[in-house]
This record gives sequence, C-alpha cells and structure tokens, in this order.
Amino acid sequence: MRHLILLLFPLLLLAGCENMPTLGGGGEGQPAEVVEGSSAAGVPGEAESAAAAAETHGVSESAGLRGDELDNPDSPLANRVIYFDFDSSEIKAEYRPVVEAHAAYLAAHPETIVTLEGHTDERGSREYNLALGERRANAVRRQLVLLGASAGQIRVVSYGEERPVAEGHDEEAWALNRRVEIRY
Amino acid sequence: MEARIRVWLLFLLMLATAPAHAVLTVRITQGVESALPIAIVPFAAPPSGPLPLELAEVVMSDLAGTGRFAPMAVEDLPARPHDFEAINFADWRLLGMENLLIGRIEDSPTGGYEVQFRLVDVYKGSQLLGYRVHAGRGDLRLAAHRISDMVYEKLTGERGAFSTRIAYVEVIRDAGGQKRHMLKIADSDGANDRVLVESPEPLLSPAWTPDGEKIAYVSFEGRKSAIYLQELRSGQRRKLADYPGLNSAPAFSPDGRYLAMTLSKDGNPDIYLLNLDSGRLQRMTSNPAIDTEPAWSPDGHTLAFTSDRGGSPQIYKVDALGGRPQRVSFKGGYNARPRYAPDGRHLAMVHGGPRGYQIAVLDLESGELTTLTDGPLDESPSYAPNGSMIIYATGGTGGSELAAVSADGRVRKRLGLQEGEVREPAWGPFRRP
Repeated sequence: MRHLILLLFPLLLLAGCENMPTLGGGGEGQPAEVVEGSSAAGVPGEAESAAAAAETHGVSESAGLRGDELDNPDSPLANRVIYFDFDSSEIKAEYRPVVEAHAAYLAAHPETIVTLEGHTDERGSREYNLALGERRANAVRRQLVLLGASAGQIRVVSYGEERPVAEGHDEEAWALNRRVEIRY
Repeated sequence: MEARIRVWLLFLLMLATAPAHAVLTVRITQGVESALPIAIVPFAAPPSGPLPLELAEVVMSDLAGTGRFAPMAVEDLPARPHDFEAINFADWRLLGMENLLIGRIEDSPTGGYEVQFRLVDVYKGSQLLGYRVHAGRGDLRLAAHRISDMVYEKLTGERGAFSTRIAYVEVIRDAGGQKRHMLKIADSDGANDRVLVESPEPLLSPAWTPDGEKIAYVSFEGRKSAIYLQELRSGQRRKLADYPGLNSAPAFSPDGRYLAMTLSKDGNPDIYLLNLDSGRLQRMTSNPAIDTEPAWSPDGHTLAFTSDRGGSPQIYKVDALGGRPQRVSFKGGYNARPRYAPDGRHLAMVHGGPRGYQIAVLDLESGELTTLTDGPLDESPSYAPNGSMIIYATGGTGGSELAAVSADGRVRKRLGLQEGEVREPAWGPFRRP
C-alpha cells in the first residue's frame, strides 16, 4: 500500500498543478463562485465544466502552503486510497480521519477539484462492478460533502474491475483493488 | 470408448499446432461418451496449388468442438475417397463409422472455388446430403463453416451456428508495459480475428445488433464511460450515450428498435430504454439500489437484469412496457449478468458461491439452477444463436481466456489464447446465407 501511494504521487502532483495554478493574486471569491455555480446544478459529472473554469482562474494560495499540505507524507492527506470490503461501499471507521482531512482541505480550497475513482476486485460480473465502483466513489463523495466539501468540487468516475493495481487472483490482491482513489 | 475419445483428442492436439494464423485454438476439456462417429475425408484439392487451409480440418474441428461428434483421426482413415462411387462401404462399417463426409474443391471458372461435398450414411449406403457451394479465394473458411452447419443440422435436427461470429475484448501489454484494449470479432471458432477498436482505456460490453451489422460497446476513451455504436463494414461509429455517470451495459431489443442500457445520470444505476428511431429515452427502473446488465427475452416482451435491491446481486425481470420488477433468482448470494437462451425458457448467469464464480443456467419454469462450469472466475455468458453452446470468459492465474460449454453442461472447451487476456465474449446472430 505504501508502494501504491509512492507510485501515485508524481501523478497526483501533476494533477495538482493543473487544478491549482501557482500564480497568486486571483480573487479568492471568483473561482469559488464558478465552482459553487456548477454545484448548484447538483448533477454528478457536471464537474467537467467546473474543472475547465477552474483552470482559467488564479488562486491566492502560496505554492509553499500547498506543498506543505498535500505533499506532506505525514499528513492524513497523503493517504489517497480508501479500501472496502467485498461487495460493500461502507467506509470503514479506520478511514474516517482520511476522509475528514480531505474534506477539510477541500473546504479550505474551494477552487480545488478532486476526482474520486471507484474500483472493485475482479470477481463477479464486469458491469455490476462498474456500478459498484460508482457506489463506492459516491459513498466517499457524500461523506466529503457532509464534512464541508462542496459537491461541485467532486467528480466521480467508476472503472469497476478494469484498472486493478494488484494483478494477482487472491484475497491479498483483491483487497488492494477494492478501493476509491482520491485524485487531485 | 476411451480409445475413441483419445483419437479425437489427438486430432485436436494436432489441429492446435496447425494453422499459424488462428489466434484462438480449441481444446476440449470435457467430452461426451455418446458422441456420434463420423469420418471426414480431406477434400480433393484443385491443381491450382496449395489451398489456404485444409477445409476438412475446419469441419472436423467445428463438429468435434460440440462434443456431439467423434471425428476419426485423419491417419486412421482406411481410404480417402472423393466420389460416392469410390466408397467401399464395408471398410467404414467395419470401423463403426456411421457417417462419412467427402468432397472436392475445384477452381471456379468465375474465380474462387467450387466446393462440392456429400454426407453419406454408411449403413444404408446412401447419400444424406449433397451440395455444391461457391467460395471466394478468401472465403474457404466460411465455406467450411457453412458445410459444418449443414452436416450438423442434418445429423442433429438443430440449426448449426458455426458460420456465426463472436465479438470479444482482448487486452495486451505493449513493450512499454501499457495496456492496449482491443474490441475484436472472429469466426465462431476464434479464427480469423479482426480488430474493430483499439484504445489505451478500457473497452467492454460488446452487444450485437440483431442484424449482425453493428456492435455497440462501452468505451472509457473520454476518461469516463460512454456507449458507441459501430458499423462493422465501414468502421464508422456514433456515440449513443454519454450522460454524466455510468453509460453501460448496452443490449438491443430483438426487433432492433430499442437499446436497453444502464445510466446513473439520475443519481444511481438504473435501466433505461433508448428508442433508436426517435431518440426518446425512457426510464425502466427506479430504485436506490444498483440495477444493471439488462437482457432481452427473445420475444422482446421482458427484460431480465441484475439488481442488489434485496441486499445481494440477484436476477430480476420486468415487463418491457414497464411495471414492477420481479425477482427470479433465489439460490446463492450472487447471481448477475443474465442472458436469455434462444428458447426463452432459460437464463444463463454468473453464479457466485463458496467455490468462486461459475456459469449457471436457471430454468425459468421449474426455478432449478444448474451450475455448468468450475470457475473460479467465470463471467460473461453468451448463448450461441442456436442455443447449443454458451461462450464465456474464464479467469485464472494465467489470465483470462474464452471457453464454451454446451447448454446442458456436458461438453466444455477452451478457446486457447496465444496473446493477451480475452474477455467479454458476445455471440453474434445467425448470418444470412
């Protein structure tokens, strides 16, 4: 799991750059309005337009502060994967601090867009697993929103069993594949 | 009996090593003892040179692959007649061969070949079937499958499905370790494969139109799921569904006018019908649980689908005109991805239990569920259009490959794969002659 996070890290940093321009000076209220506007529509997936809008606005956030929070390996924010039991979308208590940290971060950075990627293990049928992956991602999304993130900041996509991180065919691999990845 | 089975296993082994262009090769994993003995004599070839394939081998492979025929090994043939007059019936009776297939391939004056064949009843000493078929230079394999169809129908009374095609998804890793997803079609025996779509992102759920001319599928090329419809001949395609959330599990109604699919645009996965003429979208289910994997009954009156509204994935059905869904699967904690048999009385599905995931068939009248395969990771059952076989994907430590099982579970075979992972087979409809 440690390896997984390390592997994901460069990607996450890149994604982070895209959504959070390093140039300071943009009015803080402006991008937030864009995001709020699209969340008012309240339809999942509409974050797409919000993302495009977010790219065109600057953020009054210093690069140093951003680096400290999202890049600090000791912060709960460094944990970007939530694991699930078989055929379950219930977020286990041990992941509560992770969800809380990301919700707090998103609440503090309303211009930031995050994608929740839902995944399943390889067992059962592929289409059911697509639906199950979406349900897992939506469970995380609901918690994030309850804890202060705005719905418009969150995109949900499910890959079902199509993108395993562990290629094995045993419980060890399956446990690693039943997951939601939080991607900035 | 054991010797006979050994004979045709030997023959299949020989076949498996023969044609270099066949990406998938057949391996019988479980046969039937009551298989009908048949001798298939290599056809006489024209003087114009070597043929692209040994036509009789394709027919042998087709018939043996059903488990209902036990073709004699080529090296055991007591003689190789090509004409009815040349048959010494006593030779074949002595060996217990009830049926004999002979023929000739000749150059056609209009280009291509003329293939003539005769199916002979050895005990009566009479011809059961005799035809002459034309085949283009590149169509000998199709001609062979059509001969298999005719022989099969004559001897079993059931329409043959060898000249049909299958669609499936194949995933390979390129030199850089990146996954490449390919949607392919191939002949029903896995040979003659061609790529329809290739993508670095996942492809899944191929679904044939009833006329066999187009295939709908789910592609993640836009970093989310969308449903496309592609013409096989031209390769042209259009997007059928790209709503927020899931766009998945396409299934065409038997009359080709509607597409059933799963969308989650209204909050969670439900079944919708798209009228392909008007573009009108109609919601069929409305439940906070997962509803997905719709399948049409052959009469077009009913949709079966997977739902976990009762707490675990189970099969439900709903009237295609709307109404209240009814649960139809009750045995076991995981039943998903239903597909109707062409008779409309059976449903194949993925059945999960303590031994993993197998293909099972539910008798809709008696409610009896019969497990046909061993698992542990079997998925995506799809019936041949004549209902004789069910093709499915079987997973294991070596990856995933295609396999087929007879609808009664007595015969099983693997379509051995040489390259990547093969999954999500969908058996196409009968082809027009």
